[in-house]
Amino acid sequence: MVISATAWASTSTAPSPYESLAPRVERGVIDQRIFARLAALHIEPAWPVSEAAFLRRVHLDLIGRLPTAEETRRYLDDPEASKRARQIDHLLSRPEFAEYWSLKWSDLLRVKAEYPINLWPNAAQAYHRWIFGALQQDLPLDEFARTLLVSAGSNVHHGPVNFYRALPSRDPLSLAKAVALTFLGTRPEAWSQEQWSGMAGFFAQIGYKSTGEWKEEIVLWDPTLSPTAGIGPARFPDGTLAHLSGDKDPRQVFADWMLAPDNPRFARALANRIWAWVMGRGIVQEPDDFRADNPPSHPELLDELARELVASHYSLKHLFRLILNTQAYQLSCVPQSTDPRAAALFAYYPLRRLEAEVLVDALNDLTGTSETYTSAIPEPYTFVPADVRAVSLPDGSITSTFLELFGRPPRDSGLESERNNRISAGQRLHLLNSTHVRRKIEQGPRIAELLRGPPRGVIDGIYLAVLSRPPTDDERQTVRATVKPGPNGARAAALDLIWALINSDEFLHRH
Amino acid sequence: MSSPLSPDGRWQACSPPTPVSPSPGLTRRDLLRRGLLCTTGALLANNLSLRALAAASPPAPAAAGPRPAPRARSVIQIWLWGGACHLDTFDPKPGIGSEFTGPLSGAIETNVSGMRIGELFPLLAKQAHHYSLIRSLTHGNNGHETAAYMVQTGRSSADRSVFPSMGAVVSLFKGYDAGYQGLVPPYLVLTELQGRFSEAGFLGARYKPFATGGDPARDPFGVEGVVAAGLTETRQRDRRELLHRLNTLAHTLPTDPVLTASARAESQAYDLILGDAGKVFDATQEPAALRDRYGRTTFGQSCLMARRLVERGVPFVTINYKGWDTHKRHFETMRTKLPEMDRGLSTLLQDLSERGLLDSTIVWCGGEFGRTPKVLWEAPWNGGRGHHGRVFSALLAGGGFKGGQVVGASDAHGEDVAERPVQPADLIGSVYSLLGIDENARLPHPEGLDVRAYPPPLSGKTSQGLLREIMG
Repeated sequence: MVISATAWASTSTAPSPYESLAPRVERGVIDQRIFARLAALHIEPAWPVSEAAFLRRVHLDLIGRLPTAEETRRYLDDPEASKRARQIDHLLSRPEFAEYWSLKWSDLLRVKAEYPINLWPNAAQAYHRWIFGALQQDLPLDEFARTLLVSAGSNVHHGPVNFYRALPSRDPLSLAKAVALTFLGTRPEAWSQEQWSGMAGFFAQIGYKSTGEWKEEIVLWDPTLSPTAGIGPARFPDGTLAHLSGDKDPRQVFADWMLAPDNPRFARALANRIWAWVMGRGIVQEPDDFRADNPPSHPELLDELARELVASHYSLKHLFRLILNTQAYQLSCVPQSTDPRAAALFAYYPLRRLEAEVLVDALNDLTGTSETYTSAIPEPYTFVPADVRAVSLPDGSITSTFLELFGRPPRDSGLESERNNRISAGQRLHLLNSTHVRRKIEQGPRIAELLRGPPRGVIDGIYLAVLSRPPTDDERQTVRATVKPGPNGARAAALDLIWALINSDEFLHRH
Repeated sequence: MSSPLSPDGRWQACSPPTPVSPSPGLTRRDLLRRGLLCTTGALLANNLSLRALAAASPPAPAAAGPRPAPRARSVIQIWLWGGACHLDTFDPKPGIGSEFTGPLSGAIETNVSGMRIGELFPLLAKQAHHYSLIRSLTHGNNGHETAAYMVQTGRSSADRSVFPSMGAVVSLFKGYDAGYQGLVPPYLVLTELQGRFSEAGFLGARYKPFATGGDPARDPFGVEGVVAAGLTETRQRDRRELLHRLNTLAHTLPTDPVLTASARAESQAYDLILGDAGKVFDATQEPAALRDRYGRTTFGQSCLMARRLVERGVPFVTINYKGWDTHKRHFETMRTKLPEMDRGLSTLLQDLSERGLLDSTIVWCGGEFGRTPKVLWEAPWNGGRGHHGRVFSALLAGGGFKGGQVVGASDAHGEDVAERPVQPADLIGSVYSLLGIDENARLPHPEGLDVRAYPPPLSGKTSQGLLREIMG
């Protein structure tokens, strides 16, 4: 269905660089659900996103990295009508896809060497390596979950066993809560004490055994362990009593229940997370807070996404591809409605500050510089080569002042909300005026390359590199009028322009 | 939570969300200035759920409880990172033999009769009327990270939640949420974060300390972001003007709450860069003789900087004083570190007192544990000391803490508590009490749990409660 463009003409004559004059096109059931709801409530959706803003957005959302100036030029010059879909496919196959999404999963799975999650460095790295491998091969999410749930073996040799180690305490109740939060989007207050006690019954026979090796630990099913008071008998969260026999790992019994084709809970929880990751908010919001009194904004849509996930054999990439190709995702960030419900109903793409890791990687990509990351944890010492990007750091204990300042999550709890992307005065201070950022701009080798060439080309080149778009005519005029080779010379003027664009809201946010 | 939220669900506390449609001539900045836009959102920790926000806003008592009258306004925490030896500092044991004391076998009398301290503290010995010593702190843990967490939060490490450190809690109750107006962040660390655990815990990044970076012993003290060498004020202003003119996204979305928060943060940042607030970091305004008295070392000048900060009302300043984890070369290290500490800390106490600031400023000096009383003479240590969490010491001064007192005692060899065990929770609760934090105040927990600000006694350990004997 093509929505008439007549409304557009009356709204505005000069679109921003973020919007497109193209009509909105509904492309399937997701769009039907979203736009029918908006129409019924008389909420005008945003106009479609411009080509340049789409390219930048989809890069950030899929691989956590800005397009280069060259990639942007090539994309904008490409006349092919299907170039957005092709771009999505291309990014899903880029190696950075697995790096970026390992970061996300490592937050949720609490991949951290020390305190209060005491995985220890080599175990944290084994855990991260496994997660990365799973994403690289698009391991079906049900298998991903099952492996984490039932694994046994050494923490340093078999990464996924660290799932049961990445907790401040390892009693059955704490383990049950971690499983429920991670795979069912259920927080402690959502269930009764009785439900928790039943759920904990599945995790009462997890044993931990140290070996002679330094900090090595074996996680295993230990049938000789008997549950303590208040734990069990094992009961599924829906209230059904489980039949545990001595010859089957109770974790296996739980995994069978959770991943059964007729049990929608896991698929809904995961589909909702995936939606929230790219759309900026969940259909159930917060995305890990499923409970009776927190209903989804679009219940049918959530069910459809969950079914789609199951039908695609739990392919993360499939769901990303599906969502990113919708018109709903491809709306601009400029709302056309002041209705306070517009955001929760996905009437526009929400602005979000870049994550700490993505931001510092972008600064480094742009300037050709690198960072030093360190870990306070002794033995075995962790060495981080200079060319490692922040999104690829394998362990939450490896960090830098910048990452801490910009709200990198401590990986304490596995809650989505641990990541703090709200901008603060301290962050602005750092970007505006720190020696760290100034040095990158003034001394970065790629900056030197940007400054070569005729003035007009330099201005366009700077805009393409920093904001992933050419300047508008207005901007070009402003720059020419303001950025004059003053007493500090042409170079200083160009550096001021780069500095200003890096500190602009457009650079700092997904839009 | 099904209520309509703006983009990331962070601004729901704003009322109304953003119904203001600006007339063409009004810039976002104008709107901000006129208070038309919601700015309270910026006051709320964004990573807390609605329910937690409801619980947190304002940080009010759960029930009408006793609200102690505030004695103290600020805290200076001198954190002896790595764990300083109690025997060589605040709990000397002369005469117990060199296998314990090593070459530091003496103790010196202070100006308070009967109160003796380590022999390398001659200057602190003249200031004992200002401070009290706790000689019976205990938690029994010998791991840096767990012990540091226990001492700074007062909590057991086995709890599922990760609690905020004292500085973050003080920042919650005495910082921006409580009407603190300063431009310098309310919780500040000289110069580097302690690392190892997240200071803010579940309170989230908003309550993390601001780490200055740089070195206060160098002029200018290059506080990261505040002081930029080589940029004139004119150039700073020109660049800011350019930034505003080219901020196209902000011009396109003048009422977006994410961008209004960004503009507000930028404006605060420039207040520090261009305004007078940043001058607090300029120690060249101090008399050279006073700077000499503090010692021209990073630690000495950090003490001076801490005084300048509390003088301007900053509620919590941490000096992260490294270098105490002396498994090897212990005594050689003490011979350089203890005189440096003696000079800086004694001058700080005296300077605060002379300026009338000591009454309203708590000074807490201590680390995550003590060190093994028995010297490890064998290889590979060759004269080092290990970690010792069974008993250790701390110094407390000012803000309502009496001076010249000793609380508790360790046994003859400084291995265990002999009298009046003091848990970290007792010390932390005492500080909160002097700051006037309500005894029933709650912390906003992300999962809505009912959590009190005052840490409870550790289960299975006896507590004798707050340090009433030294609270005036």
